[in-house]
Amino acid sequence: MKYLTEYRDPVLAAEYLKEIKKTVTQPWTIMEVCGGQTHSLVKYGLLQMLPKEITMVHGPGCPVCVTPTHLIDRAIYLAQECNVILCSFGDMLRVPGSEKSLLQAKAEGADVRILYSPLEAVKLAQQNPDKEVVFFAVGFETTAPANALSVIQAHQLGLKNYSIIASHVLVPPAMEALLSDPETVVQAFLAAGHVCTIMGNSEYYPIVEKYKVPIVVTGFEPIDLLQGILMAVRQLENGEHKMENQYARVVRERGNLPAQEAIMEIFEISNRMWRGMDVIPLSGLEVKEKYAAFDATKKFNVPLKDTKENESCIAGAIMKGLKKPLDCPNFGTACKPSHPLGAPMVSSEGSCATYYHFYSALNETKKVEA
Amino acid sequence: MCLAIPGRIKSIEPFKEGYMSMGKVELGGIVKEINLQLVPDAKENDYVLVHVGVAISIVDEAEAKSSLEFLKQMNELDELYNSPSEEDLTKEERVKIGDAIISKMNT
Repeated sequence: MKYLTEYRDPVLAAEYLKEIKKTVTQPWTIMEVCGGQTHSLVKYGLLQMLPKEITMVHGPGCPVCVTPTHLIDRAIYLAQECNVILCSFGDMLRVPGSEKSLLQAKAEGADVRILYSPLEAVKLAQQNPDKEVVFFAVGFETTAPANALSVIQAHQLGLKNYSIIASHVLVPPAMEALLSDPETVVQAFLAAGHVCTIMGNSEYYPIVEKYKVPIVVTGFEPIDLLQGILMAVRQLENGEHKMENQYARVVRERGNLPAQEAIMEIFEISNRMWRGMDVIPLSGLEVKEKYAAFDATKKFNVPLKDTKENESCIAGAIMKGLKKPLDCPNFGTACKPSHPLGAPMVSSEGSCATYYHFYSALNETKKVEA
Repeated sequence: MCLAIPGRIKSIEPFKEGYMSMGKVELGGIVKEINLQLVPDAKENDYVLVHVGVAISIVDEAEAKSSLEFLKQMNELDELYNSPSEEDLTKEERVKIGDAIISKMNT
């Protein structure tokens, strides 16, 4: 496929690795923010091929993983008690709530459906005028415009039976929260390319200045990642801190303005609880009062219950980059994608699930190193 | 979750008042109906980045090419910076170095 295969060229990848090895003179810790980047780094074996001086830590960049338990419990309640068609992206269904997952609710008879796009949920609402359709709208800035468009479309069509549970998180406030943590080990960031496709680069300049940290907006293919790492390492080695854009083929300096307008039409910024972390100020999006009719949390009366996390899960430390999945005693034993204890073991972009799927490859490297 | 893939616009539906802009986009051999509302400047045969059924950016061909040549350009610049001392340079070579540095500054 054009614009994909050429960024998977092994010969070019080898040249990048050579250049990175030539450039690096001391240990550096770089965080890739987005779970999609983690997935590529592990899947293509890049982690093992990087020089030992470079440690990649995996960021909180999986919106499914940071969706708080109480929202999952609410979605389950809606599906089981309120007779709605509850739809979401596939990854969301297996995430454990405090008692069960949406997939278990489906097995118990609830109408839970996997959709590729929120716009399909609007179609579903059109086709089922006698049923309520609720879309569990999870995502970062990347997905927010599509979820906003679904509400705009439902509004234009005059639909009364469509609403969303907004579970939207914003990336830059989380990066700041990580950097202001005294325990942080992060010396440079590969920022999430598709988040920046929507929002542009401007949010990162203040972070670069305040924390003196290099930020390289980076794509998702192996060549993108290696180039992003090389750009970050060059900055670190030169004692620089700059905002650079590796992914300029889709990321414009100011992002996608119509997409930002769609977000701002439907959502407003709010404080937000991140699962495994804490409440991060101004790091989430909620449906505006003007569109309250499309906000499932307001439309349906869902009792709020106390939620509990599995205490043996170290997801929080993993998402802050303080621990790796292999540091967890439950990894691959009590916690597997088929029966996850925490969210990072569920989503294909959760770092635990990524490590689990490619575990044999990682294990081989460990043996070689030993 | 933030997975987005590039695809070629095969056709754009004629504009209808009150409806969102839609088009057929070829994604690795599969043709899908994609929402083009957020890429108003997109034309047929443009490549767009598609995320959950919505095109979120037009792929810039020149930038795509330049990123693949990043290493080459970087090494050429290094060679130029490390070239023989100024007295040994011809006028053309100096202009070439100047141009290279200016173009680097502008990127």
